Amino acid sequence: MTTNTPLLKADNVGIHFGGLKALSGVNIELNAGELVGLIGPNGAGKTTFFNLLTGVYEPTEGSIVLGNDKLNGLAPYQITRKGISRTFQNIRLFGELSVLDNVKVAYHSLARHSIFSSIFRLPSHFSGEKEIEEKAIEFLKIFKLESFMYEKAKNLPYGQQRRLEIARALAAHPKLLLLDEPAAGMNPQETQELMNLIAFIRERFHLTILLIEHDMPLVMGVCERIYVLDHGQLIAHGTPEEIRNNPKVIEAYLGEEIS
Amino acid sequence: MTAFKRINGFWLSIVLALVFFAVVQLLISGGMLNSFYINTLFFMAINIILAVSLHLIIGITGQFSIGHAGFLAVGAYASAIMTMKLQMPFALALLVGGVAAAVAGLLIGIPTLRLKGDYLAIATLGFGEIVRIILLNVEYVGGASGMTVTHLTTWPWVFFCLLMTIIVIANFTNSTHGRACISIREDEIAADSMGINTTYYKVTAFVIGSFFAGIAGGLYAHNFYIIQPTNFGFLKSFDILIFVVLGGLGSMSGAVIAAILLTVVSTFLQDYPETRMIIYSIVLILVMLYRPKGLLGTQELTSFFRLRRAVGGKQNDNKHTVA
Repeated sequence: MTTNTPLLKADNVGIHFGGLKALSGVNIELNAGELVGLIGPNGAGKTTFFNLLTGVYEPTEGSIVLGNDKLNGLAPYQITRKGISRTFQNIRLFGELSVLDNVKVAYHSLARHSIFSSIFRLPSHFSGEKEIEEKAIEFLKIFKLESFMYEKAKNLPYGQQRRLEIARALAAHPKLLLLDEPAAGMNPQETQELMNLIAFIRERFHLTILLIEHDMPLVMGVCERIYVLDHGQLIAHGTPEEIRNNPKVIEAYLGEEIS
Repeated sequence: MTAFKRINGFWLSIVLALVFFAVVQLLISGGMLNSFYINTLFFMAINIILAVSLHLIIGITGQFSIGHAGFLAVGAYASAIMTMKLQMPFALALLVGGVAAAVAGLLIGIPTLRLKGDYLAIATLGFGEIVRIILLNVEYVGGASGMTVTHLTTWPWVFFCLLMTIIVIANFTNSTHGRACISIREDEIAADSMGINTTYYKVTAFVIGSFFAGIAGGLYAHNFYIIQPTNFGFLKSFDILIFVVLGGLGSMSGAVIAAILLTVVSTFLQDYPETRMIIYSIVLILVMLYRPKGLLGTQELTSFFRLRRAVGGKQNDNKHTVA
């Protein structure tokens, strides 16, 4: 592990809903450029952790720091602007909007033209919209989605919807990308394509990625380090090799050995 | 090139609108339209303003507000106070009506837009009733017996307010700001995670919508000789809601067409007072049965033309999912 300051530091983070402790004492550090996996059985609190990182929930204990910014208490849109963006376990595209418009929405925070200039169609509106459109089209080309540009997002095939969701998340220019079960519902071939895509975007955008996944070959294949959650607590942390042979992890997944 | 074409289309519709304005103006000043038709026309235009302003809130931003008559009432009374009590000119009165309604929208919007779906609907319904009850009990504006207002609404005023409403809301919708609002309608959590300040855009859409409802209120007040709190009950809110839903949630031209259609239907049904509400309801039921997504769905009238041109060989014109 490097001694540099980590990109993201979750220090003793926890949240409880009433009496239910969903997560407690979670310590996670991500260094810039890493690809890290977060695994655990169903209901372990993985997605809850993502929701804490992105501001959907506010942690009831501990602190989350991105670079030098403390994220506790910020609204989701503010956290996105600080540099964290995500995809969702159940795809959340803007279905009635075109593929192009989905990406354009991600560029919204870069728009300089005001509501006033849009209403009165001032020159800054046209230049601003043009800039957004050009950037969005360029982006779709990187992801080979430009042929679907004017299609409604909800009409895309499942695999392409995943692809679009990742593209949209990246268009928000994150430093840290959170992928919540991107391979869910995919066949082996699509999963392979996804692995290639992840490798590609990491290279191209110099990203740090935190990945939730149930597909073990995928996680073991691409992640450098893996954290394991069970019942809201971190039970293990290490390289894929270490995780594979960790008795606690095996127990969490397969149950206790009968003695 | 496409930007040029879009501007061209924009000016074409402006020119067509002005021609329509001139023709009607000629007919009115030539005495060829009797006051019944003129009144229906004004009523229609006011309904369109209301429908389009609510369309921005419900159809575009997806915030189910059913207290629109409240903003109409605020605008109506504010402008009536300006002209009748303070002897201000009509133009200023209209503007004050709009601003008063916008301020009301801001004050109501900030706390209630945290609510979602049904809860927001109930909160806004409550707001509409509160406005009505307050007006009913304030002697300064005549209480239950209402307030007498001079007839100041004329065709140019009605027309230019209508035109302004449509242009402002269409321009807002077709921009990154409108896309932000649509993304909130489609999926608020995803919009949030894309860096959209959802609260800001919900409140903004609400305030713009209320502003134009207030303008409509000013026109409405000065079109009749008296305004009473009973004119602004929740049934009025539902009338406006019906325009938006019947036209197709998310379609501005749908809202306009529905407002025209239903104004015509309800005007002609005035000759059959016993069966009026029955027939009106049957019309609504039939439309919803045969067009469950509203008259135009989420499409705009213009997109039909674009589609046709696209078939003719140009593919890139079918660009905007103006939802």
